[in-house]
Amino acid sequence: MTVEPRHIEIEVLRYRPGTDAEPVWQSFRVPFLDDTSVLEGLQAIKDDQDGSLSFRWSCRMAICGSCGMMIDGVPRLACHTFLREFFPGKVRVAPLDHLPIERDLVVSAEDFVRKLEGITPWLVPREARTLAQGEHLQTPRQLEQFRQYAGCINCMLCYAACPQYGLDPEFIGPGLMALIHRYNEDSRDGARAERMELINAEQGVWSCTAVGYCSVVCPKHVDPANAVNQNKVNGALDWVKQRVGLKGASK
Amino acid sequence: MIPPVEAPRGRGYRRPMAGWWRRNPYFFWYMVREVTAVGVAVYALVLLAGVVCLARGEPAWNGWLAAMRSPVSIALHLLLLAGMVCHAWSWFDIMPKTMPMLFVGGKRVEASTITRAGWVVAVVAAIALYVVARMLRP
Repeated sequence: MTVEPRHIEIEVLRYRPGTDAEPVWQSFRVPFLDDTSVLEGLQAIKDDQDGSLSFRWSCRMAICGSCGMMIDGVPRLACHTFLREFFPGKVRVAPLDHLPIERDLVVSAEDFVRKLEGITPWLVPREARTLAQGEHLQTPRQLEQFRQYAGCINCMLCYAACPQYGLDPEFIGPGLMALIHRYNEDSRDGARAERMELINAEQGVWSCTAVGYCSVVCPKHVDPANAVNQNKVNGALDWVKQRVGLKGASK
Repeated sequence: MIPPVEAPRGRGYRRPMAGWWRRNPYFFWYMVREVTAVGVAVYALVLLAGVVCLARGEPAWNGWLAAMRSPVSIALHLLLLAGMVCHAWSWFDIMPKTMPMLFVGGKRVEASTITRAGWVVAVVAAIALYVVARMLRP
């Protein structure tokens, strides 16, 4: 038995540098089944109607973090959102908010990558160990302190959900603040001092006003708002410790 | 360290931020939380005025009490109460995100439990305050 596809209207915010002075909405009608994702809808447009439509995608299973976009005004992964949710209405698809549009649904990740490179996003062993000494052991409780923050897939949905980042692009932003926290909370790590300076800088936690939407849209339940706000306490304590002569974590 | 650059956000078309808080209901309620914080401050000033009047003597204190009973004051109090409830609701909602991880018996305390605990403490404190105020009434 074959299932007849239904049709849905997808409105896409197009921006073609050199052609469009500013982004414009363009409407397409695409066939869909119950299991057709927004990403597959866009692929159907690209394959059958307009090959010039540009968007990023890779894994199709919510793990690569490439296909983040504004779907009916909400930052979501296109592969993780189904067209049936919007039928019989239409669905509006736009590039991630707060990030510059390079072309159509493709945004610039330049700022994110530049900051990512600057936060020491790797484990700096607290103590050097030889292979003969074996692995760095960790208790389940120590693992629990950072495990959820290690789930980030760099999809930047939280940046599109953060008006503070939109207003002040110097802000390191929710995703990378959560990544900083992920390494700082790891009992095996020894680079906390270096990262504390970033946390306490103006573009660090103090740019966050606890809007909290970053945690709502995160497809991996990383809860960046929690990471940022825990570090407001850490940052303040560190500042006080340094002022009263105790050694804080910052260098 | 993060190297500084001239165009921090990278290349491409930048969309304006004007009216950002009207684009999403979540942002609207965030703004309500921020605005109602002003209401909390206003109420603190009203109480402070009462303390100052109390220090100035009986006529000033009675004047403040009379002002509190005026229709304008009662309307203001109802407005401030609504703002305060709104502020408490949105604050307790975000509270789990502002706290370090809590573990009880080796298990992490759920965010909803923290929010509920906040409400229970607030309601119990309000009732206790009301009861004490009634008991102290001449």
